[in-house]
Amino acid sequence: MRPLEDYLVIDFSQFLSGPSASLRLADMGARVIKIERQGVGDICRTLYTSNLIMNGESSVFHAINRNKESFEVDLKNEEDCEMVRELLKKADVMTHNFRPGVMDRLGFDYASVSALNPTIIYGEISGYGNNGEWKNKPGQDLLLQSVTGLTSLSGNADTGPMAMGLSIVDMLAGAHLAQGLLACLYRKAIKNEGALIQVSMMESAYDFQFETITTFMNDGGALPERSLKNNANAYLGAPYGIYKTKNGHLALAMASLPALGDLLKCADLLKYSDLKASFDKRDEIKGILAEHLLTAETSTWLSVLEPADIWCADVLNWQELMEHDGFKVLDMIQEVEMLDGYQYKTTRCPIRIDGELLTSSKGSPKLGQDNQSIIKEFITLNPVDNA
Amino acid sequence: MSKPLEGVLVLEFCQFLAGPSAGLKLADLGARVIKIERPKGGDACRQLAIKNLFLEDDSLLFHTINRNKESYAADLKNPEDLSKLKKLIAKADIMTHNFRPGVMEKIGLDYENVKALNPQIIYGMVTGYGTKGPWKNKPGQDLLVQSVSGLTYLSGADVDGPVPFGLSVSDIMCGNHLAQGLMAGLIKRARTQKSVLVEVSLLESILDVQFEVLTTYLNDGGKLPERSSARGSAHAYLSAPYGMYETKNGYLALAMGNLESISSLMACNIADLYKHTNAAFDNRDQLILRFAETFKTENTAYWLNILEPNGIWCAEVLNYQQATELKAYKALDIEQQIDLGNGKSMKTTASPIRLNGNKLTSPKPAPKLGFNNQEISQEFGIN
Repeated sequence: MRPLEDYLVIDFSQFLSGPSASLRLADMGARVIKIERQGVGDICRTLYTSNLIMNGESSVFHAINRNKESFEVDLKNEEDCEMVRELLKKADVMTHNFRPGVMDRLGFDYASVSALNPTIIYGEISGYGNNGEWKNKPGQDLLLQSVTGLTSLSGNADTGPMAMGLSIVDMLAGAHLAQGLLACLYRKAIKNEGALIQVSMMESAYDFQFETITTFMNDGGALPERSLKNNANAYLGAPYGIYKTKNGHLALAMASLPALGDLLKCADLLKYSDLKASFDKRDEIKGILAEHLLTAETSTWLSVLEPADIWCADVLNWQELMEHDGFKVLDMIQEVEMLDGYQYKTTRCPIRIDGELLTSSKGSPKLGQDNQSIIKEFITLNPVDNA
Repeated sequence: MSKPLEGVLVLEFCQFLAGPSAGLKLADLGARVIKIERPKGGDACRQLAIKNLFLEDDSLLFHTINRNKESYAADLKNPEDLSKLKKLIAKADIMTHNFRPGVMEKIGLDYENVKALNPQIIYGMVTGYGTKGPWKNKPGQDLLVQSVSGLTYLSGADVDGPVPFGLSVSDIMCGNHLAQGLMAGLIKRARTQKSVLVEVSLLESILDVQFEVLTTYLNDGGKLPERSSARGSAHAYLSAPYGMYETKNGYLALAMGNLESISSLMACNIADLYKHTNAAFDNRDQLILRFAETFKTENTAYWLNILEPNGIWCAEVLNYQQATELKAYKALDIEQQIDLGNGKSMKTTASPIRLNGNKLTSPKPAPKLGFNNQEISQEFGIN
């Protein structure tokens, strides 16, 4: 049995943040119904966030929305709203990521929904919270990275601000929302209490940076300084970084410099025995290492360093990774199928429960594909002609 | 305010970041988290400092990750300590560890044995690369996991070579996933009254972070990501203008948007590069360079004034000092004060989750090694 079997999640959210949370709940066993706008649906269906279109929709939509159903409605139409309210009465969780105020106007704010269903767990994601002067700003990932200092951590000192090349803040907000929902579902299971869970992308971005921003807060406001070359963490000394070798790259985590000097036969490193020097002189040290590591192939360095328990690794791209037994043994890829028979490959949930992989063969839904079955199953109020 | 995990007892055998960050999440949600630490030195993170910052005996880093917890010092190799711990485990709801595969089996605290002590335990395990296969004994270190996962080919420009995320992203995401799994375990147990095993690894977590782009890769004939040659490009899979642009006095971030509106608002002629919608992908690098030239001619505020009112998704790029001075930052109460005793305190972030309109704060500091041994022994009768 999956942990969330028999739980019903009604998800009004779009794009990545909210839908990534409901995907997690779906993989844990919940039934997730996407409430989608008539004729358009989740904007992620058509937003060209990649130029790969699969079965008529963007590849990212398929990644985020597999294992879900789609209920296409017009929230400005009272009959449709009534159907959604019927669904909400039976739901365990509802989520949305509209901008502040939108759900109040539509009548699906927490007060209204908890009046229908007092034990519902209601989750919402905003960009910058529901109050404050930025509440109406777009909660877009790159902008959140930019205004939270996150872009000053990756890349080298001379590369200017560098974004992390994924919608990381969206995913963090989704992960945090899922945590809040799960915590309250547990409480609901033992105490039958409802709850409102709110997450903002801005708070999620800082939670991600909790180590570095706490350092900033307690270090007289000193800003992070990336190393000039081979930076992997602005707050760590040499050798921490990725280095070019004769035929590829080598990642080196924390290590004693004299020990490295011995193993790599790089005499210039031997003098840096002082821990403080590894930070204060990291540009100079990284320069020496960078030049030295160019002189042999990655496998040569690994064969010397790994047996000595130095923390190092080859740097792989996806193709190299997927050819490796270390990847294959994880069974990380699953194939899913849409209702029309279209099949695609995607990754699975990263969590194992009771030794089981939380896979599911159910692909993403076509817009409104489940209207009929949902109406038949849940809507008992009045016969509604949805034709 | 009652917190959702009140009454849940967590024993954390984890060290460093991934496991303890999950423990912190559970603590902020109301659980009681007791770190089980070896008497000599405890969690190795106590001595792992960034910028050599310490608060008394322990690093600021340790304080950041382990606030709102208790500490019970015990030597897993000492039979007396172990038998006390077993009594504690019998009363716990959750236990977590991040030892390498095989270690807990030797001690006798692997899942099968713990299940016999406590048939309702939620047992959480963090590994670097899973418990099988050629990588199972590799060190589960964040940069190394990033490096083998393909993640380093997503940030920066193509000429940069592999670029890691400048934070321990696989640790942190793995901690998030562990917290999710443990809470799902609690829900499952509430229905079955049986123990649950939850397993996560740094590698699976960092692959999950890449799920959108990996799905694209898996269905696109194995075409590897192609980062832009233009400095400032912010995503290997997104078209122009997505990126960071230098202005006369700083930097501006510009997300996805209608190229025609953006270029006309900026008075930047892109007609030769943008003849059809697909050109935003096909001519991405040249378009980014073209915009970059124009952005350099004026201050950030000038561009924001032109673009923002027209609904273009853009923002000034801020450092920590500028960012933490924002009214929007202050309005969210992101900081909280931790009481270190003796009139001392430290600032750190609060949980990013709000419950019924309230922040989940706690002034409780990280524990000194073994700080709670006595009271825990008394409370649980394990003397």
